[in-house]
Order: sequence, then C-alpha cells, then structure tokens
Amino acid sequence: MFKVRTIEIMVGVFVAIGIAALFMLAMKVSNLSSFAQQEGFHVTARFQNIGGLKVLSPVSMSGVRVGRVTAIHYDQGSYEAEVDLVITGSYDKIPVDSSASIFTSGLLGEQYISIEPGGEERYLKQGDRIKLTQSALVLEQMIGQFLFSKAAGDTTQ
Amino acid sequence: MSEMTGSSETLVQVRGLKFSYGRRVIFDGVDMDFLRGKVTTIMGPSGTGKTTMLRMIGGQLRPDSGQVHVDGQSVPELSRRQLFELRKKMGMMFQTGALFTSMSVFDNVAFPVREHTNLPEQLIRDLVLMKLEAVGLRGAHKLMPAELSGGMARRVALARAIALDPLMIMYDEPFTGQDPITVGVIMQLIRKINDTLGLTSIIVSHDVAEVSAISDYIYLISNGKVIGHGAPSQLAASGSGWVTQFMHGQPDGPVPFHYPAPDYATDLLDGAGHE
Amino acid sequence: MLNWLQRLGRGALDNFAGLGRASLFLGHTLSGLPSVLAHPRRVIAQLHSIGVLSLVIILVAGLAVGMVLGLQMYNTLVDFGAEASLGPAIALTLVRELGPVVAALLFAGRAGSALTAEIGLMKASEQLSGMEMMAVDPMLRIVAPRFIAGVLALPLLSAIFSAVGVLGGYFVGVGLLGVDDGAFWSQMQSRVDFYDDVLNGVIKSVVFGIIVSWVALFQGYDTVPTTEGVSRSTTRTVVYASLAVLGLDFILTALMFRDV
Repeated sequence: MFKVRTIEIMVGVFVAIGIAALFMLAMKVSNLSSFAQQEGFHVTARFQNIGGLKVLSPVSMSGVRVGRVTAIHYDQGSYEAEVDLVITGSYDKIPVDSSASIFTSGLLGEQYISIEPGGEERYLKQGDRIKLTQSALVLEQMIGQFLFSKAAGDTTQ
Repeated sequence: MSEMTGSSETLVQVRGLKFSYGRRVIFDGVDMDFLRGKVTTIMGPSGTGKTTMLRMIGGQLRPDSGQVHVDGQSVPELSRRQLFELRKKMGMMFQTGALFTSMSVFDNVAFPVREHTNLPEQLIRDLVLMKLEAVGLRGAHKLMPAELSGGMARRVALARAIALDPLMIMYDEPFTGQDPITVGVIMQLIRKINDTLGLTSIIVSHDVAEVSAISDYIYLISNGKVIGHGAPSQLAASGSGWVTQFMHGQPDGPVPFHYPAPDYATDLLDGAGHE
Repeated sequence: MLNWLQRLGRGALDNFAGLGRASLFLGHTLSGLPSVLAHPRRVIAQLHSIGVLSLVIILVAGLAVGMVLGLQMYNTLVDFGAEASLGPAIALTLVRELGPVVAALLFAGRAGSALTAEIGLMKASEQLSGMEMMAVDPMLRIVAPRFIAGVLALPLLSAIFSAVGVLGGYFVGVGLLGVDDGAFWSQMQSRVDFYDDVLNGVIKSVVFGIIVSWVALFQGYDTVPTTEGVSRSTTRTVVYASLAVLGLDFILTALMFRDV
C-alpha cells in the first residue's frame, strides 16, 4: 500500500511541475499575461492597405499599448481592408474623430496601429468605426514615388 | 457428428480440424474428444502443433476448417465477447508459467478474480490463500515471480488457473525442464486438482512416463494426424511401429534417425572435389 | 533478376502488412480508452514509469540546451548589437521547436524503448497470451493505459524542457554575459505569442506523444517473441519514433508557422 501511495505522490509532483512549467511559459515567457486584461470594447477601422499587419498586432496611443487587432478581412463593398480592434476597457476616452495609422516599429520591425487622438468631446464606444485612417507605407510604393518625383523634378529644372 | 456436441460426456470435441501456418501443415483432419472429469493428454514429437491445439480450444487461433466445440459452443464462431465469457471457464498453465513479473505471487493469483468479480478484498484474500494452499505455496504469497524457482512458478500459475474455479484446465508442457521432485509434485497436483475439483484436464506433453502415469486417455499426433489413441496401457501395448517407437523412446524406427540425405559414401567423396 | 524483383515485392507487401497491423492496433487501442477512463489508477501507475522516470533526463537536457542556446545566440546577436533579442530568440527556438522535438526524441529513447521492451518481454514470456486466456484483453489492460500515459506525459515533459531551457538561457545570458534582466524578459513577452507559439508547441508535443507511444507499444506488441526479437524491436522503436518525430515536426511547423 505504501508503494502505491509513493507512486501517486511522485506522479502528482510530476504533473504539478509540468503544469507549473506550462504556466511559466504562458505568463513569463509569452504574452498571455498582457491578454489577461483584454476585456474591452471593439471598434473597427478601414484601411486602403494594411501592409504586414496581422491579427494580434498591437494597438497603441503615444507608444503605449492600449489594445490589439482581433480580426482582419477584406470588405468587398468599399474595396478596403476592415480591421477589428479591441481596446482595453480602461482607455475609454478616445475621441470619435481620432485617426488610426499603420506604422512599423523600427526599420524592419513588426507593424502596429497607432491611434492619434482627435478633438471631439464624444468618445469611441463598442461597435464604433474610426473613420480617419492612414494606410501602411509600402516600401516599393515609396521608392516608386520618390523616383517618379525625382524624375519629374529633373525635367522641370 | 456435430449433433453430439451437446453431449454431457464430452466437454471438448474437435472434428475434422485443419490448420496450417503458411505452407506448413500443422493439422490435417484431426478428431479428438476430451471427456468431462478426465485427464486427457495430447502427445507427439516437438513441433507437431500440440500447443497450437490448446490455442484452438482457447480460441486464440482459428482453424482453417473443421470444428472445435467447448461445452456445446462452437469456439471459432464465437464473438470476442462470447469467447471471453467462455474463457472464464477455462484455466491455462503455460510452459513458463507466464506469471506477471510486475506483480507479487498474491496479486498474480488474485488477478483473474479482481478482473472478473467485485468481491471485497477480504474475501479475495481468503480465496487466494486457499488456492495457494492447494498448491502448497501459501507461505510464498509475498514473493515476486523473479524469486521463484521454475517449479514454484508453475505451481503459482496453476493456482492462478484455478482461481475462478473453471470447468477445464489446460497444461502446456507442464514437466519440461523440471527436476524429478518438481515433476512429481506437478504430476500429483494435476491429478489431485482434477479429481477434487471435478475438472477436465488437457495436457500437452512429450514426457511419456509422467503422462502415462496420470492420464486417463492419450492422443498421439504426428504429421498433422492422430496416429494412435487410447488408455496409456493400450498405447504401450500397441502393435503400431510408430506408437511403439514414441512410447518407448527408441532412437530409430518409422521416425528415422537420419535427416534425409544423399548416400553417405558418395557425399563424402563428392565433398572433396568441391573444396 | 526475378529473385530480386520477388524480394522487392515481398518487402513492399511486408511493409504494407506492417502498416495495416499498426493501424488496426491504434484503432484497437483507441477503442479501449473508455475502459481506461473507468480505471484512472492504471494510468497513474504508468505515468510514474513513463513520466516521472524520464524527468531527470529532461531536466538535465533542457538546462544544457538552454545554456548552449544562450551562449551561441549571444555570440551572434552581439555582433549586431541585438543582444536584447536573446530572450525571444531562446524562447521561440525552445517553445516552437527544440522543446517538443528534443523532448520527444529523449522520450523515445528513455520511455519508448522501455515500453517496447516491457511489452515485448511480456509477449515473449506468454504473459499477454496468458492474460487473454484469463479473458482479460491485454489491449485494454496493458496497452491502452500506457498509451494514455504517454500522450499525457510528453506535453508535460516538453513544457518542463522548454521552461528549464529558458531558465538555462537566462542564467547564461543575464547571469554570465550581462544581458539586461528587464530587456530579456520584456522582449521575450512581446515577441512570444501564447496561442501561436506556446499552444502550437503543446499541440506538437501531443502529436509526438501519440506517435512515440504508438510506435513503442506497437513494436512491443508485434515483436518476434524471442530475446533477439525484443532487442530488435527496441532498437526499431527508437529509430522509427525519432524519424517520425523529425518528419512530422517539419510538416507541423509548415502548417503552424507558415505566416510567421
């Protein structure tokens, strides 16, 4: 009987260590801890081009993370990408005329949505849409534009 | 023939049994009857499929054709569930004992009881100790199988085989590789258990003297056929050359001493040229 | 020539027959799962011999792999001034790939071979046959609890492997090489995603647990019941299970992380 009990205790310890390891991977190693307070409200925004934005990409204001992207799909009516965001509940004073832009963190980093606050007294709430948006900068387009304007500039001179 | 299967005399009936492993024919039309309450032995040279017969009776192998009836049920036609029900009425003692090496002697004997009944642990303990007492090993119930001698392991296996009070018990080579005292003990146990518990016993063996002493009836098989059967005394007095050779252990006879080969003298002379 | 063709055809047929037997075996094992759930104690006993006894090798290997990763990656990253990325680099490597894969390989070597040997010896010593004759199905009584225990144990073991590995990388990177403590963890947290990385790693290790347990149990059950047969089956378990893990890892990685 004693042996059976020893085995049970050791298995219990093993399972506990395993779960503790999973817990550590979840809370300490990965970003699950920052999801924990993800209860918030959903808003949408339409972009002409989202570039490399992905689900779970961060949403920030003044560089502070306030939410994340929950879904991305293509809207056939407006020929634009529709992005669903969830904003953390405590950040409930974002003016309705705020603008959303897709930026890149660093030269080669991941893309994120940055929200610039507007001047309205009314604030965004569940289900609202951010109307002012600025698409992601696509490097090829920028280079193309640069070359074009440079060429145009050369001819006018 | 099959209308006799319900006979109260015969517990196991084998009719027209054919079986082969690949191209090797093991049984080529074998008929056998095992009577209730008797000790019946299947004898034959090594490799003649004696153990295979036990597996057919236990339903672990299916015959290519022919019938195997146990207690009125046709074994090859049973579903898995029915077969398992039938096996609860069978005990089997394997050549090596086949004790579970990870369990003590006590747990080994208790295993079938725990698996198939919901008896309280106190009752199981009494039952197991009674079965172990019957084979003279009650004092060894705490040992592990690795601590047992070969003979003791077989006796424990015997106690386990009778744990559920089966109708019949099958012994696969019970005497092989044992010292004379152990052989005597096992012989006595087989006979005693058969008679006191009113079992039907089927032994597979090639130990002529031991088997003749305890069997009521013997089947001799060779090359897939029954070549002689009868009470031990009848077989010993048989006029058949093969039966005589086997029963008296003569080195040469109908079963030749030499494996078929070309002529000895020519073989040796040819061999010199090949090197 | 004909002989050669015959042998080739025979080999192919043997392989198909083996695959068929293995599949039937898996089906039979899975059909035994409900009866195992009725007797959880049998799984606990197996978790001990499969999981607990593999713990030491997993801990040691995890720590060693994490420390080596810390050292090597630091040397490369420091050239780009990116040593703050040491945390995410170690964590992603471990959680996505090395944790599940190396733990599965060690598991195949430690627990898989032991399972094959145990069941093979039970077959060789007629214990399985004896159990069948006692009207107890060894698939339910012996094989299914070990299968469950294997499938449960490996995800836990590989989580332990990854966690210990991250700690090993932390000791080397932060303790020895002077990477900033806060940057190590915060970068890691911002780059490692729970669902994409950690959960996919766990799914991988569940799949590997199924594969390794299946191979090990089948090789034991299908062994040639002799001493030599058991030793060959044990070798085959380690080889087949390892190859299956590596091959499947490639497929799973392609499926899971294709957009990252």
